[in-house]
Amino acid sequence: MTDITLQAEKGTSLWEDAWRRLKKNRLALFGLGLLTSFVLVALLTPWIAPYAYDAQNLDLGATPPSSAHWLGTDIFGRDLLTQIMYGGRISLAVGFVATAVALLIGVTWGAIAGYVGGRVDAVMMRIVDILYALPFMIFIVLLMVVFGRNLLLLFLAIGAVEWLTMARIMRGQVQTLRKQEFVEAAISLGLGPATIIRRHLVPNALGPIIVYTTLTIPSVMLLEAFLSFLGLGVQPPETSWGLLISYGAETMEEYPWLLLFPGMALTLTLFALNFLGDGLRDALDVRRSAD
Amino acid sequence: MSLLSVSDLRVDFNTRNGHTIAVNNIGFSVEKGQITAIIGESGSGKSVACYSLLGLLPQPPASIESGQALFEGQDLLQMSEAELRAIRGRDIAMIFQDPMTCLNPFMTIGDQLIEPLVYHKNLSKKDALARAKELLVEVGIRDPETTINNYPHEFSGGMRQRVMIAMALINEPKLLIADEPTTALDVTIQAQILKLIAELQTKRDIGVIFISHDLAVVADIADQIIVMEKGHLVERGNRETIFRDAQHPYTQKLLAAIPSNTKATSTKPPEPLVQVANLKTYFETPSQTVKAVDDVSFQINKGEILGLVGESGSGKSTIGRSILRLLSITDGTVTFAGTDVTALDKSGLKNMRRRMQMIFQDPYASLNPRMSVYDTLAEPLILHGLESRKTVEQAVLKLMDDVGLARAFIRKYPHEFSGGQRQRIAIGRALATKPDFIVADEPVSALDVTIQAQILDLMLDLGQQYGLTMLFVSHDLAVVRHIADRIIVLYHGKIVEEGSSEALFKNPQQSYTKTLLQSIPGQSLLAS
Amino acid sequence: MWRFIFGRLLQAVPVIFIVITATFFLVRAAPGGPFDAEKAVIPEVKAALERQYRLDLPLHEQYFAYLGDLVQGDLGPSFKYPGRSINELIESGLPVTAELGAYALLIALIIGGLSGILAALRPNTLQDYIPMSMAMIGICMPTFLLGPLLVLFFGIELDWLPVSGWGDIPGDKIMPSITLGAAYAAYVARLSRAGMLEVLSQDYIRTARAKGLPEWQVVIKHGLRGGMLPVVAFLGPAFAGLLAGSFVVETIFQIPGLGRFYVQAAFNRDYTMILGTTVFLSTLIVLFNLLSDIVAAWLNPRLRAQLSE
Repeated sequence: MTDITLQAEKGTSLWEDAWRRLKKNRLALFGLGLLTSFVLVALLTPWIAPYAYDAQNLDLGATPPSSAHWLGTDIFGRDLLTQIMYGGRISLAVGFVATAVALLIGVTWGAIAGYVGGRVDAVMMRIVDILYALPFMIFIVLLMVVFGRNLLLLFLAIGAVEWLTMARIMRGQVQTLRKQEFVEAAISLGLGPATIIRRHLVPNALGPIIVYTTLTIPSVMLLEAFLSFLGLGVQPPETSWGLLISYGAETMEEYPWLLLFPGMALTLTLFALNFLGDGLRDALDVRRSAD
Repeated sequence: MSLLSVSDLRVDFNTRNGHTIAVNNIGFSVEKGQITAIIGESGSGKSVACYSLLGLLPQPPASIESGQALFEGQDLLQMSEAELRAIRGRDIAMIFQDPMTCLNPFMTIGDQLIEPLVYHKNLSKKDALARAKELLVEVGIRDPETTINNYPHEFSGGMRQRVMIAMALINEPKLLIADEPTTALDVTIQAQILKLIAELQTKRDIGVIFISHDLAVVADIADQIIVMEKGHLVERGNRETIFRDAQHPYTQKLLAAIPSNTKATSTKPPEPLVQVANLKTYFETPSQTVKAVDDVSFQINKGEILGLVGESGSGKSTIGRSILRLLSITDGTVTFAGTDVTALDKSGLKNMRRRMQMIFQDPYASLNPRMSVYDTLAEPLILHGLESRKTVEQAVLKLMDDVGLARAFIRKYPHEFSGGQRQRIAIGRALATKPDFIVADEPVSALDVTIQAQILDLMLDLGQQYGLTMLFVSHDLAVVRHIADRIIVLYHGKIVEEGSSEALFKNPQQSYTKTLLQSIPGQSLLAS
Repeated sequence: MWRFIFGRLLQAVPVIFIVITATFFLVRAAPGGPFDAEKAVIPEVKAALERQYRLDLPLHEQYFAYLGDLVQGDLGPSFKYPGRSINELIESGLPVTAELGAYALLIALIIGGLSGILAALRPNTLQDYIPMSMAMIGICMPTFLLGPLLVLFFGIELDWLPVSGWGDIPGDKIMPSITLGAAYAAYVARLSRAGMLEVLSQDYIRTARAKGLPEWQVVIKHGLRGGMLPVVAFLGPAFAGLLAGSFVVETIFQIPGLGRFYVQAAFNRDYTMILGTTVFLSTLIVLFNLLSDIVAAWLNPRLRAQLSE
């Protein structure tokens, strides 16, 4: 028995196949590397930040980049690099946490609707349709105004908007897969619903979900930055890239670096996520590898 | 001089998966007033050869390496894109395989029909429309005044193919290239379209290139036959020579793959295994109730293969799925070995599923793309407790032996196999639980003809070896005749006729069965 | 078709109703009354104010009275600008925002659509890479960063264009329109590229080529309609996005439009103003979504036929 197994030719699963294609995509790898390093820096910020978060030097004021302050200082003499590192913690956290909220709600909702089908599906998706038609951007602004600029609320509110698309994608996936003959085959083998979902539906639905998740994070981060820029998101003493950009924009005539560096941090992160998302989309395209 | 004479044509493909020679130095000629058939399986290069002549291949990845294609003395391969454009749709026209996707869904068929006329002949829209209506009548579409303003989705597949033919002929071309024009159609519609093409060809005295994977389809209409295999032209000759006296082994193999014999009826006394009584399966759509299966009763005897034949929409697949409880039925009973399947509870059903299995049509969709051969075949064995974790690998290897898969492939994934190999895996999965009864839903219709023959023989062998009873669902009468002991003919959810294969083919009683039998392509071939 | 439009209109009614109700109670749920912050308000004056704004009534009566006003098209008075109604504020702000949005949309459709189509015609060449790289930049460069950057370079460093205002100095409409339109041009470019690539690989495109039609006719007559469907479907969400973007752009360039009113109202906690504008903008968005759905359906004969049944 063992010798036969040893002779077996190695198969390439679709995941391995996708990873091989992703490795060939330089932009996506660049995105992955950049993102990983940003996340690492964000996690380690309290230990590696050059200055304390609240360290001011009013006598120093705003100075351009120097050897003491690599990215310069703001009008209160605070180190900009430190500010950007701490701001990045919040921006990235909002991106990841709100996306996780969206993922959790959306995937569960969509999977149930798609799998159960019938009237349950009709009601569940009708709710999604109605929520979809609501102007959420305006609602989030409203929420921020009414309940104050609460970070937890921001997570929830953004997550609550983004789950709708996730639910639609998941439902579409489950519905298509359910009609596939291999799922019928699994039913006719006598497999129960739980096993079918776990072994046959989820692994096949995962690709689009991964891709969409990767592309949701940047749009969530944009939303946070947008609100913070308007003064409706993250509030001092906390900071985020959106808020730093907003401060920078006020004083850009005299101190342009205060706008440019936070802007670069945000844009680079968005680039990284979008490159990675596009790369994953190409790599995980199941149909392409099937031919 | 020939209408078209191709020599030394070579077309290569350069993709990121490597370099292939799709068409390897072939030469042939097409005469005016004749139908030239090019026959070959998928990957033979038959379509590529024809598309390259008209500049319809995307280059890259394709590149025409060498060759000459003289059409009325002019070399098509040397022409500029503009010169070729002037010929396409005017002197050489094409019809394609799938009429569902080949018409623009956003334009009325009238607008699409007149395009070649308006563009090549500068006709006014009004004159062009008048001409289009004449042609619609000629290809057998009634009421052209209204239909001309319809969109493609308002037509059936056969009607769309008629529209495509009208569009191809509207400029009175000298050469018509038809690429598998009937493959996507039901067999009775196929017969009509073949007849129409032959009639129009004779009437207009034009040359036709008819591309097909199926020798039987061209047996009645082709004057000349060209056989291609893996880019090479392996044999050419007139129809009689090819069918009576094929020289090349590949042509002989193709001919042998045409299922022609009737299976001898078994002599065992009938002992029913499956009994279907007054089965009704309806589907509710928002606007109507579709009676997919409408009051059908029959039985399947132990050890027999029952063929279930019908065209699309006849309800044949629905019956198979209803028996296995993959669909919920509206009314009726299904009894399997004395047990009413429709009344089974969850655990009873699970046990029953072990004894009844299914083989599906599309080997690309019926295997979970994320599971290896081992995972796929081991799943049922472990689920039903037939093998322990220790012995399961041996059992999987035994199954692979049975269905003719090399043991070395055990760790491979579906996308690494060909269609025929995939269908072998699917058959292995169905056999894993050692079932008594198998529903085979068009198991060979997605496969190349030579592979089709192999899979059919495999199923017959395994049927004997495992002592199987089978319900064989198919649209293809020739295939069913080859494999089934008895045949049931379905039409719009009802049984039209039922009988032993021999009796049904020799002496059909109902007019629908007669039409169906007459539509089988290659009658002349079968007669000889 | 008319039944479809009518049906969709009917569907929009509950959505708008939900918006109104949710907004109303959200605003009322805000901690603290609108006049609590004003230190110097004498109790009598406060009572009078509350009566004027119907704050003395029980909540449900306030709600029904508000619905009654809305039905008559009255969005109510503003807390912070005494004597001015929200209708007046919207009337003054809407034309500005509408003009800005229209320019941005035009930029998005023309530049985005053209570059997307051109990219799809020659995929994986420079003609594809250059516009698609630009689109990637457009997507990753948020409006609130692009705006200040444009101001910094073209307004301050180069001094080519005015940095604020709307219709006061010639050329002052250019930068705001570009700022607002850029991201959407990027989205439209990506959508139209994907849509065209999909359509151009369809069998019926091969049919059109086999008829001998010149390539531009193949692309325009046979490709464009199907290829642009994703863009049409995107117009609804894009409109909502443009409105939100106008909040930022009008703030950056100090344009007296609806967006700026809204942001100011949000800062001033001018609750009636927030309520009124939210209801107004939301209704606008819902209606625009509806419009883009209808156009998408109308462009697709198959869908049109199904809907007409």
